[in-house]
Formats: sequence, structure tokens, C-alpha cells
Amino acid sequence: MSETIANIIARQGWILADGATGTNLFNMGLEAGEAPEIWNEQHPDRIAKLYRDSVEAGSDLFLTNSFGGNYSRLKLHNAQGRVRTLNRIAAEIGREVADRADHKVVVAGSMGPTGEIMVPVGSLTHADAVEMFHEQAEGLKEGGADVLWIETLSAKEEFQAAAEGIALAGMPYCGTMSFDTAGRTMMGLTSVDMVKMVNGLASQPQAFGANCGVGASDLLRTLMGFVDQAPQLPVIAKGNAGIPKYVDGHIHYDGTPELMGVYAAMARDMGAIIIGGCCGTMPDHLGSMRAALENQPRGSRPSLAEIEAKIGPFSSASDGTGDDPAPTRRAGRRRRG
Amino acid sequence: MSDDLDDIILAELSDEELTLQMHDDLYDGLKDEIEESVHILLGRGWMPYDVLTKALVEGMRIVGIDFRDGILFVPEVLLAAGAMKGGMIILKPLLAETGAPRMGKMVIGTVKGDIHDIGKNLVTMMMEGAGFEVKDLGINNPVENYLEALESEEFDILGMSALLTTTMPYMKVVIDTMVEKGMRDDYTVIVGGAPLNEEFARAIGADAYCRDAAVAVETAKEFMAKKHNQMTA
Repeated sequence: MSETIANIIARQGWILADGATGTNLFNMGLEAGEAPEIWNEQHPDRIAKLYRDSVEAGSDLFLTNSFGGNYSRLKLHNAQGRVRTLNRIAAEIGREVADRADHKVVVAGSMGPTGEIMVPVGSLTHADAVEMFHEQAEGLKEGGADVLWIETLSAKEEFQAAAEGIALAGMPYCGTMSFDTAGRTMMGLTSVDMVKMVNGLASQPQAFGANCGVGASDLLRTLMGFVDQAPQLPVIAKGNAGIPKYVDGHIHYDGTPELMGVYAAMARDMGAIIIGGCCGTMPDHLGSMRAALENQPRGSRPSLAEIEAKIGPFSSASDGTGDDPAPTRRAGRRRRG
Repeated sequence: MSDDLDDIILAELSDEELTLQMHDDLYDGLKDEIEESVHILLGRGWMPYDVLTKALVEGMRIVGIDFRDGILFVPEVLLAAGAMKGGMIILKPLLAETGAPRMGKMVIGTVKGDIHDIGKNLVTMMMEGAGFEVKDLGINNPVENYLEALESEEFDILGMSALLTTTMPYMKVVIDTMVEKGMRDDYTVIVGGAPLNEEFARAIGADAYCRDAAVAVETAKEFMAKKHNQMTA
């Protein structure tokens, strides 16, 4: 039955989360441009297999197939009227898989970005964003998700709106952002900024962290930024299995299972509590990550140089945190008063 | 003008000072100030094309450099582009009247299934900021949309954007269809979006991967220069 993140952490000290959703669904025949959430209705067997593969590879927690299940994203497929249903089914399938698993598993209801920019720069208002996340949260709750899981966000405002929408549904949640632009989110947030933002939330998550982004190296650097702030909450690391390459009509990520095992152990040694993959992370990768977390003794905190040597180069010289002189804006002739 | 800024009387600045001030104001995303300055320069007898290139395009070039270098991020660039657009609205009819030189024309859109248009909008704005004409097909475009647009007028460049691993393979569908129709070589195809990289662009048969909007502009300019050279050769 229902399991909680706190229980698993108390028992095991860490949590192995899941890997990729999109990459796995492609392998099952999802066409480019199709909404994966529609498959919850059309191909529940394939979604159950997606979840099961992750559980059987050793995940203690998996995300539901509902990343793009908000009004704004589903509208593109003319399915904006089925937000509640598609999310409910995503969670129901998850519930069933988790309840039949041979170990305790947390069903985490995935909630991705709206894809819109919020005011004042964009046009999505706070109230509308809150309602979109609220609607999705209600569907996932109805389907039996244990916890909700905001992921791949880039704007502080959107994260805050999501937290608020989830609170309206009365659900616990975790949240991760994607640091893919010179070590920051697309909207310019650094890892340190995110810690500050999370600390200021009225409704506190159960854990926070980073997912997706550029590659596993960058993700570990972001993780370093988090733990340097000595956060009270458990930190999440869900990095991509390397860099996407196009092979024989498919997207293939170049990170091997062995590399993701090294990444998982390094993430743990850095201080992450919930560790998983993101794009490109297949069951084989998860198995290797599980083995690394179980068998490798804890080591000292890795340095940036060690990350670079073992996982690969960073995408940018600096990530806007630490002692490096961060590049600064040009000073205009108008001075802020 | 906001109260928290030192008052600068734009009309009292020399041409040179005003141009530099416009670069700063674009950088700071001050639309009202940009519009006022465009009117001032036009009032002083500047050619619309000079206002475009020396004040606006140059200002956006600086914004592009700092965006590329991780100093400015999407919110700041959107504000700058909004200010630029304010100036462009004034200049556009005048540019047409005065027969200003043509930089190039581009069709752009996010591919089928992808509604993430932030990057695409940035590229559109920066391309316009660099003087290109851009036809924006918006989001979620099946291959037919791209072909229809390319066949409707004379274009030089096709730009495709995708932010998801679930949508990026569709770029190859578009390029393959162009090859089938024998029209691939008539265009420069550039692609962009967070999960992409150079190798992916090569693998699907695009001409270039553009990491961000600033790189897209540089790349488009290079291809246009090559095209002009070939035509005169």
C-alpha cells in the first residue's frame, strides 16, 4: 500500500528514484509529437510496463506518466478537457503497479511546466497557473498518488504557483528544476537561488533538487550548489544519462549504465538523498545505480575536478555560484536610484 | 520614464550619445525610451535603415553577446526584445518605403507536439533585431505547415525548434520530406532547443545547430554571406 518518502529514507538512508519516461515510451512506439499522457487511456498496458520496468530494476519511487498533463500542454492535443481523467489514470496505473511490487514503492505524480511564461515578462497569470497545477494535482490525488512531483521547471514564479496549486489539493510534494543554461535554469536561477526560493515557500516540499538539464556532470555541480547552502530538506538528483545522440531514427543517450552507477554514488557522496535518472536512463542504468548505492562504501565529497574526471566535462565554466567572479551585467548610464 | 532612474533628457543628447544610450536602454528593456529615441533620430533626418542598424541591431547584438555568455537570461532578453519591437513597429513601414537592403527571410516554428515556444520566440525577436524578415508559424507544426510556408514566398532559411526529447526527432521527418521533394538544398536549415546538440543536427541532416538565439543570428548571417558570394561568383 501507500509508502512515504520519509519511511524509505528512515529505513535505507537514500531513495533510488526512476529514470526516463519519454525515452522509454519512444522505445515502445510513441511517435514524435504524440502526447504521452494520451497513452494512459489508449495503452495502459504499456504505461504499466514502464512503471514495472523501473520497479523491477530497483526503484523505490517512480514518476507517473503525467509530465505534460496540465491544461496548457494538453490543449495542444485538444485534450484540455481531460486533465483530471488522464492524470487520474496515470496515478491509478501507478498505484496498481506499486501495490503489487515485491518492495515498498512510492508513486509520485509527475507535474511538468505549463510551457508558458508568467507575468510580467509573459502572459500567464499567477492565479491561472495555480489553477492549472491545482486541477492536475486533484486528478493525481484521485488516482492514488502518494506524493506529487513538480519537475523540469525553470521559473521561480511557476514553481511557487505549482506549490500553491498542490497545497489546494492538500497533497505532499517534491520539486525539481532544470539547470540547463550555463549552470542556471533557462530563466537565470542558480542552485543557490533555488534553495532561497524553496526556503521561502509557505507550503514546504518534502524534498527538492534538480532534474534533466545538460548531463550528469552539470547536475552534480548543481547539487554541490544546493548542499553548500546546508538545506534542511532532503536533496534530489535526477540527471540525464549523458547527452542525446541520434542513432538509427531514435534518440540515444550516450551515458552507459556503468557511468550512471558512478554518478549515483557520487551524488550520494555529495549529499543527495533521492537519486535517480532522467532522459536516457533505462532499466539497465537503474540497476547499475542501485548496485552502486548498495555496494559502494560512502566516500568523501567529490570535488569539481573529480566529477569532471569521472563523469565528463561541464557545459560551462561557471554556474553563477561559488567564489568565481560571476560575469555581471553591463552598467548602463541610467543608474538605479 | 520611471522615477528610480536618473533623468536623462534624450532629446538633448548628441547623435552619438543617443545611439549609445539606446544600446543601454535596449539592454535594460526600456521600451518607451527606445520608441522616443527612434522618433528623435528620425526627426533629426536619420535614414530608417541607419536607425535600425546603428541603434537597434547593434544594441541587440550586445544583448545577444551577454545572453550567449550567460550574463543575461531569458527574462532580460524578452524585455530587451520587447523594447526592440517597439522601435521596429515605428521603423517597419518606413524601411519598406525607403527600400532598405534585405538581410534575408526565415520561416520558423516549433515542431509537431512541441508547444515550448520561448526559445523560438527569442530567435524570432533576435533575427528581427538583426534585420531579418521572419515568418513565425507558431507552435506544434506538422511537416505540411513548413512546406506550405516555404512554397508560399521566397525564403532563405528554415528554423525549427524543439524543447523535448519526445519532439526533437520530428525535425528529421521535416528534413526527410524536404529531401524527397527535392527542395532541401534550396534552404539553409537551422535547428535549436535545449535537448539538441551539434551531433544531433548533423545526424538529421540540418545545416547547423544553434545553441541560442544569438548563435542563430550569427549562423544565419554567415549562411547569407555565403549565399551572396555564391550568387556573385
